Amino acid sequence: MDYFVNVTITGLTQGMIYAAFALALVLIWRSTRIVNFAQGSMAAATTFIALSLIQAGASYWVALVVALASGFVLGAIVERVIIRPVEGGPELNAVIVTLGLFVAIQAAIAIIFGSSFQSFPTPFGVRGFEIGETTIPLTPTSLYVIGAVLVTMALLVALFRFTRVGLAMRASAFSQEVARLLGVKVGGMLTLGWGLAAVVGSLSGLLIAGGTFVYPAYMDSLIVFGFVAAIIGGLDSPVGAIVGGLILGLALSYVSGYAPRGSALVTISALVILIGVLLVRPGGLFSSTTARRA
Amino acid sequence: MTEAHGATAVSRSGGSAASGGTATTGGLLQVEDLTSSYGPVRALDGVSLTAEAGRITAVLGANGAGKTTLLRTISGLVRPVSGRVLLEGHDITKAPVESMVAKGMAHVPEGRGVIAELTVDENLRVGSLFRGKVGKDEFDRVYDLFPRIAERRNNAAHTLSGGERQMLVIGRALLAQPRILLLDEPSLGLAPRIVAQIFGLLRQLVDSEGLSVLLVEQNARSALSVADVGVVLNLGRVVVTDSASTLMADEDLRHAYLGF
Ligand SMILES: Nc1ncnc2c1ncn2[C@@H]1O[C@H](COP(=O)(O)OP(=O)(O)O)[C@@H](O)[C@H]1O
Ligand SMILES: [Mg+2]
Repeated sequence: MDYFVNVTITGLTQGMIYAAFALALVLIWRSTRIVNFAQGSMAAATTFIALSLIQAGASYWVALVVALASGFVLGAIVERVIIRPVEGGPELNAVIVTLGLFVAIQAAIAIIFGSSFQSFPTPFGVRGFEIGETTIPLTPTSLYVIGAVLVTMALLVALFRFTRVGLAMRASAFSQEVARLLGVKVGGMLTLGWGLAAVVGSLSGLLIAGGTFVYPAYMDSLIVFGFVAAIIGGLDSPVGAIVGGLILGLALSYVSGYAPRGSALVTISALVILIGVLLVRPGGLFSSTTARRA
Repeated sequence: MTEAHGATAVSRSGGSAASGGTATTGGLLQVEDLTSSYGPVRALDGVSLTAEAGRITAVLGANGAGKTTLLRTISGLVRPVSGRVLLEGHDITKAPVESMVAKGMAHVPEGRGVIAELTVDENLRVGSLFRGKVGKDEFDRVYDLFPRIAERRNNAAHTLSGGERQMLVIGRALLAQPRILLLDEPSLGLAPRIVAQIFGLLRQLVDSEGLSVLLVEQNARSALSVADVGVVLNLGRVVVTDSASTLMADEDLRHAYLGF
């Protein structure tokens, strides 16, 4: 029983991180109809910024805030400078540009920060809480990860639902031309959207790094799982990204925890789940293609 | 909607000789010798026209005449090859699209332009964003004008009927407090009863509140019945500009260009 709870909590924690990464992809897809293949290395870059601050003596929290802020700046600059020229053009151009950016940023990380394995700290312990004699499998770190993602998502929901700029961003995402005719500065909203998405992506990179080793390609498996989660969810739906992330996190945790030689099967399981979902619902679980066409 | 409305500013001119001739009288919106192309396709070819303040100016013509391109060029969605657009005497030819509504020009695009994923209320709010804080009374006024969308204010806009969508986008445009409203085929796909209702409301807003309208329509009969002035477009050129009643009475012209 303990083991099952433990595996479930691990799955939820990982799933939250996949959800955050998937959400970053979804935010960009909704606003610019571009799949940002560079999301992973953009997040890795900010994690390395945090790491060098920590190595220079800064606290984890200062490093976290600076990393998220630089994620915002990086996302905004990428949209303005690199994405803007290919926006609205042939889809393949944008794919090639973001793939190229992915490789370029990863190479830049190796040049600037080196390609050795470096340990990344976590601000909380990884031992379960103790209640009297028994140790429950919920650790402070997993609580922190789940809480950080939930708070971020709540802030995003509040931004989009209850603020004027959030409404302008949604209008720009759904219908650029109409938004412009209504006086919304659509270009600024797209830049803001990319910046916010990069913050969420950076958060996922920082959380997955906590308590492990980082190197330029340390995000690679998160990138795969984040993409699978986003596509399971429908790529168009923020709720879908979160549900997709949690489903994938739990499923992979059970595979790794219960199947014989499970940890070797994790990546292939992710792809099996992806194919299974797409066979049943080709648009993903939360696709809203019909509403968009109407 | 007879001579009294449109008689002062109209000039009857044949063929493409209309270019330039009427555009110097100083209307609210002036289009001077406007030419727009999509690659090799010249959709507008030296179009000049004036929309006077407090009038409904109808631009009529068959499918493909260039009506939509005219409105899109006026609001900056299409950049012209040559020519100018003046709003209250100021050259807005190169102004950014998103600045137009603050200058007093609201463009309701073809196909109505509701944002389907947003609710009715959110659609209206987007239309007032550029003005900063807008009082609830202004929203109430739109809902009073269109009770049918008031009932559905919290529904997603994609659940609305065609007529309700048209009411929503006109209401949204009015929230911008425009001096001139550009409407692209508002009657398209609507039942005649709804068209009459919407056109009647436009007439009322123009007569009682000083709104001005540039109305693009393929449905020339309905448009002329509400407009003061008509401009007939064919293959990107102005064929004739005259008062709506004169155009209505010209049987040859109606048969040749207006399809009734
Ligand atoms: N996006 C476009 N690309 C190429 N040609 C276009 C485009 N839009 C319109 N046209 C052409 O320009 C001409 C005028 O079209 P349009 O302005 O839509 O006319 P209307 O609104 O009167 O039906 C037509 O010949 C049409 O085929
Ligand atoms: Mg048209």
